Amino acid sequence: MPDSLKAALARFRRSHEFWLLAVILMLCTGLGLANSQFLSMQNLFDLLTSYAFVGILALGLLVVLIAGGIDISFTATASVAQYVALAIANAYGANWLTVFAMAIGIGITLGAVNALFIQKLRIPSIIVSIATLNIFYGLLIFATGGKYIYSLPDWFATGIFWFEFDWGKASSYGVNLQILILGIAFLVTWLLLNRTNIGRQVYALGGNPDAAQRLGFHTFRLNMLVYCYMGAMAGAASLVQAQLAQSVAPTVLVGKELDVVAAVVLGGASLAGGVGTVFGTFLGLTLLAVLQNGLILLGVSSYWSPLFVGLVILISVSVTAWSQRERRARRVRA
Amino acid sequence: MKQKFPFSLVKRVGRSLGGGTVGTLILLLVSLWIVFALVIGDRFFSADTLQSMAFQMPELGILSLAMMLALLSGGLNLSIIATANLTGLTIAFVLTRTVPGSEGVAWVGWQLLAIAAGFGVAGLIGLVNGYVIAYLGVSPILATLGTMTLCKGIAIGLTRGNVISGFPDPIIFIGNGTISGVPFALVVFALCAVPVAILLNATPFGAKVYMIGSNEKATRYSGVDTRAALLRLYLYSSLLAGVAAVVMMARFNSANAAYGESYLLVTILAAVLGGVDPFGGFGKVGGLILALVILQMISSAFNLLNLSQFLTLAIWGGILIAVAAVPHLRVLLRR
Repeated sequence: MPDSLKAALARFRRSHEFWLLAVILMLCTGLGLANSQFLSMQNLFDLLTSYAFVGILALGLLVVLIAGGIDISFTATASVAQYVALAIANAYGANWLTVFAMAIGIGITLGAVNALFIQKLRIPSIIVSIATLNIFYGLLIFATGGKYIYSLPDWFATGIFWFEFDWGKASSYGVNLQILILGIAFLVTWLLLNRTNIGRQVYALGGNPDAAQRLGFHTFRLNMLVYCYMGAMAGAASLVQAQLAQSVAPTVLVGKELDVVAAVVLGGASLAGGVGTVFGTFLGLTLLAVLQNGLILLGVSSYWSPLFVGLVILISVSVTAWSQRERRARRVRA
Repeated sequence: MKQKFPFSLVKRVGRSLGGGTVGTLILLLVSLWIVFALVIGDRFFSADTLQSMAFQMPELGILSLAMMLALLSGGLNLSIIATANLTGLTIAFVLTRTVPGSEGVAWVGWQLLAIAAGFGVAGLIGLVNGYVIAYLGVSPILATLGTMTLCKGIAIGLTRGNVISGFPDPIIFIGNGTISGVPFALVVFALCAVPVAILLNATPFGAKVYMIGSNEKATRYSGVDTRAALLRLYLYSSLLAGVAAVVMMARFNSANAAYGESYLLVTILAAVLGGVDPFGGFGKVGGLILALVILQMISSAFNLLNLSQFLTLAIWGGILIAVAAVPHLRVLLRR
């Protein structure tokens, strides 16, 4: 084995992702043995479909966290984008391109509002996003009266179904809207963070904002991009959710923001900025999805699932903090 | 000189009450008061309005105190609502276990035992939070996100999302009774706010909390046992959530795993509006109370005007941004 590969493997073994992957593989093996349904294609596609909404939002939040900020207004952003885009589609007609353009455009606009408040008024991002969460959500419900939209355009309600193939007797699988958008979101976020100059600047901004500014990075533009990206993801995710739920419910999304935070943070992103990977976020999301899905397949009432999720979060963050402390202590001793 | 005196006096009073934001808040309070008085008229000053405001404020107030403690140390306590609900359910569970007919001393003792059991649960959660944050070094937002989900899981799992209701009169009095017109819940709030204010301003522990919030490392290197102080802080925060639980369950005459969840971010909003620095180190109880009065006044006024409570939420958010922007705008103006 070449040395560089060996070194990379050794580095991977020490990383947060390695442990996550180990835990997930153990969970999957155990669940696979306990219930044959768990590793079926059907279950895999169902899981991808039902976690697409949280996953897309998690990718947006990952970028914000890496840049050293935080945003919790994205559920409100998604509610607004969903409602406005589909209400317009209902009234004036639209197609896939225009409905996504509208939702993503609204998301970007609301993200820009966040970035403007954070950068121009020098208010901490957590405060701004708590405030804008209330503003966006409050105005949406005030304007719409909290009414649901049940009738969606036919083409939207039908959704898409690509690369259909049969598996066994009566079931067929394919790439649906949820999986397609989730895949695109992963690809774009990975490219942005790992293959572009801007991505490296975002890491630098989160790692040390002062140094980034003195190096000549345009921090205002970078922040604007990061919050707009979060908004765009919220817009795309909102349509994915509406298509799955087959309705627009303005009140159900708000309150789920901490679930998304949990997924990203389990994936190893730091709230202090500068740290986090797309692969880690994928694993964090997978852990939560596998855990909740596995419990249901094992026949545990879904009422108990938050208990296990809470335990996993608490244990995971404790172990991470403890091992970091040990490593630091070892370095001091050496 | 003579003309300058009253101005500096106002400033000094303001500063002793809690930093620069107090001036802004008082100004805001007075102007809102005038606007609402002009728009609504007499009804805004009626005894009923005042009393209903005084009934609604304590829950959010006590929960905000719990949040404020964590914020002052540079942390955050996302588990307060889940703690309150689990505490409320524990008390409710013990209370409803007894024969309704039993009277006298034993019955009073049972009620006290129920409340004690609730505070036991709240204290335990606080110790878990404190241990994980102070001794394992987990960031507060993650640790309390974990305990929040965990507590909610236990509460939902045990109750299957159902409500436990039907409490004895003395418990209901805590939430709905009045003492010569003053709601008892407001008295409970005062009984929390005053000790917290004394704790923060007049004890070594309070000084440590502010120091930890400003610079934890420097505080540790200057010989303060920051871990013990943080553990105690999260214990107090949890116990305050327990008090809020008693008020909440008494007001609704029921307990549930999902009550008051929308309060979580509002408590942060209230604390920051009241001048608590979200990164720790600064903030006074007086500022928080002013912020609570402002929020409650907007809510009650909108209610009287038949405006949606969701519009109230939006206005609350707008006011938070406006007040948070004042220091930076002041710097810009001075330049």
